[in-house]
Amino acid sequence: MNDERFPGLRRRGFLAATTGAATALALTGCGGSGETATSDGAPRRGGRLRAAFAGGGASETLDPHLASLFADAARAKALFDKLADYGADLSARPRLAERWESNKTLDRWQVTLRKAAFHDEKPVTAEDVLYSYRRIADPKQAFRAKASLEPIDLDASRATGERTIEFVLKRPTAEFPNVLAAFGAYVVPENATEFDDRPIGSGPFRFVSFAPGRSAVFRRFDDHWDGAPLLDEIEFVVANEESARVSALLGGQVEYAHELNPTTARAHEGGGQIEIVRLRNSAMQAFCMKTDRAPFDDKRVREAFFLIADRQELVDGALSGAGEVGNDLFGKGYEYYAADLPQRTQDLDRARALLKQAGAENLKVTLDTSAVAAGFTEAAGIFRDQAAKAGVTIDVRMGSKDSYWSDILDGGTLCCYRSGAMPVEAHISQRLLTDSTTNATKWRHKDFDALYQQAQSTRDRTERAAVYGRMQRRLYTEGGFLVWGFADWIIGTSRTVRGVERKAPANTLDWARFDRVWLA
Amino acid sequence: MDGGTSFVTRRVVLGAAQTVAVVLLVFVLTEALPGDAAVALAGDQPDPARVAAIREAMDLDRPAYERLTDWATGLLHGDFGTSLTSGRPVTRYIADGFGPTLTLAALTLALLVPLGFGLGVLAARHEGGLVDRLVSSVTLAVYAVPEFALGVLLVTVLALKLAWLPPTAVGHGTDLLAHPAVLVLPVLVLLSRPVCSLSRLVRAGMVDALASPYVAHARRCGVPGARVRYAHALPNALAPAVQQLARTVDWLLCGVIVVEALFVIPGLGTVLLNAVAERDVPVVQGLAVVFGVLTVLLNLGADLVAHRLTPRAGVAA
Repeated sequence: MNDERFPGLRRRGFLAATTGAATALALTGCGGSGETATSDGAPRRGGRLRAAFAGGGASETLDPHLASLFADAARAKALFDKLADYGADLSARPRLAERWESNKTLDRWQVTLRKAAFHDEKPVTAEDVLYSYRRIADPKQAFRAKASLEPIDLDASRATGERTIEFVLKRPTAEFPNVLAAFGAYVVPENATEFDDRPIGSGPFRFVSFAPGRSAVFRRFDDHWDGAPLLDEIEFVVANEESARVSALLGGQVEYAHELNPTTARAHEGGGQIEIVRLRNSAMQAFCMKTDRAPFDDKRVREAFFLIADRQELVDGALSGAGEVGNDLFGKGYEYYAADLPQRTQDLDRARALLKQAGAENLKVTLDTSAVAAGFTEAAGIFRDQAAKAGVTIDVRMGSKDSYWSDILDGGTLCCYRSGAMPVEAHISQRLLTDSTTNATKWRHKDFDALYQQAQSTRDRTERAAVYGRMQRRLYTEGGFLVWGFADWIIGTSRTVRGVERKAPANTLDWARFDRVWLA
Repeated sequence: MDGGTSFVTRRVVLGAAQTVAVVLLVFVLTEALPGDAAVALAGDQPDPARVAAIREAMDLDRPAYERLTDWATGLLHGDFGTSLTSGRPVTRYIADGFGPTLTLAALTLALLVPLGFGLGVLAARHEGGLVDRLVSSVTLAVYAVPEFALGVLLVTVLALKLAWLPPTAVGHGTDLLAHPAVLVLPVLVLLSRPVCSLSRLVRAGMVDALASPYVAHARRCGVPGARVRYAHALPNALAPAVQQLARTVDWLLCGVIVVEALFVIPGLGTVLLNAVAERDVPVVQGLAVVFGVLTVLLNLGADLVAHRLTPRAGVAA
């Protein structure tokens, strides 16, 4: 009900499968003072910041392993820590883990924890980490990070000391630190099972109060290993309606509003009333072609579709200009992204010629879309018009927004798609391998799988980058994702808020990181 | 008296049957929605194994009739079941959401009755005159504005431009009465449409009654104007108005959904909306029972009042 009032953005949709994290102090330090502090630059202590997020209503929980909404992730980040988290380029940065090193074959990793304490002053130990990971991996449960932790053989892994853990992996995994940074892989105290009533974490804030769907108040944890936050308190409030978040921000009821519309941002950008922060490259926007069925089982048809898209028009129309054009590859600006490939542009003549070669003239295709995410229905309409110019008839079909992701996984041939930030490697392993669980393009190639295994067994970073480069070139020429853009994630703050990182895509460490924010 | 009792009994039995029907219908419709709670929860990570695991953890792999039976049995013991998504008892959802919604509805109703009747009587007194035309055109115009648009408009003008009132109730949780300022705009929005329909109904009833032979007779007998209006004419306009009022209260519970979203008030409407989106069937069912029972009770009450006011007319529910 009320589809138009509650655009899909607010719901479970986005949650990038892996989250991340972390740029440590250095990045925040310069980002914070250089970029955002307009006047009085010196960080100041004190105050309570109120932040409005879209939330999950009365079903919300503080169990960090159940986190699936942005609001959950932001709260979990305040209360808990992960071993690692993602920097702005989606590479893993150490957090609770002070360092990690692998054996020669990359299937055993020694992780050393830094000296850190939980809110009840007990130290964070190797046993806590193992307990947390085993809880996530419990086969009887369905925690979100379970798939990310799959490479670890938890039965064989063990604590080798108070603060050292030996992780035994099922196969060589060069990108193992990404696993430590996975979305929802938070460290909780050993034997913790109940989180809604006084949860104990090791994060920068400690629990004060929580009313599901309404408000969560946390106070500064002075003994946090990364230094105490500047704010005295942070309050998360839930406002699902975008207009309510904007009103509350403009009316001074909150100081930070997550997830604003591009039109709102344009109306207030430079207006002096509030600050608009655009987190670039936060959401990949794509059309997804099923490569195992007609007409997209012919790579010439896929290439023709790549050439049909006028990407700038899609970004302007479907994202209201709040984004950048894509180049049919995931992860613009991220580590290992193949930035050297030429930007693809519209070429209708070549597209028509390719379709003719493939015997697919007067092609008719159904494009599945839904109000599940901002811009989806608009993108479908625009692409339908662009395709018509190349002689392709696209029939746009609206689907249910609550079951969309599951409907399009195996059904249909062409659909709107998007993804939150995650490392390029995670995108490949979750979506593009033969046994990937969410392989929406049905991209199944043994040689491609082999390249992935090769990358994971390659110790040298440059050599590994070369392998990722080869894989991405293949996807660029004949893959199933027509990545037409990358949407900005838009945040509004009141003028007094300082230290909000501008370079962190949604779901990385510095996104929604309130321990570095202060009120001027 | 006998007629009255059997009427009440009939209405109560009918009401109970209606409630059961509503609950069954809600269950069937929720089952018929594409996707279940497991799919909705899996979101953009619809890993089939994960969906299956969620489904099993939620007992969704059991047949629908079994789940319905279990739930209905629990209901007879006053147990509304537990939420699929959080595992918290449904009664807690309802108890938490009830306060804000009830506050809004009660305040609206408290203002609606004097305002609606007052405006209706006022317009009827000046039938065809300037006041009547003014009241009629304003009520018609306001009635035509959807609540959502009206809400946004009021927030922009009264809260953001003039800064007279807080734009939302964000952060106040359920303790709304402690911050009466946050209630002004939501109540205004809720009030806007029912006031219009109610006052127009009262006006029409009054105009009819004032033109009736018995009012003319009362006037001929020298009964003072105010007495004619309030003691003789108004009760006749009252019966349809009371029933309209009962319907308005149902509507308030729905209108509240929009208002709650717009002003961030965590009431039943918000709970319902989230529960539907998450396919949290026990919560939806629990709310359906509550809404169903409320509706039945309100209409029962209204029918009884109407029955008393116009005993001969009989009552078509």
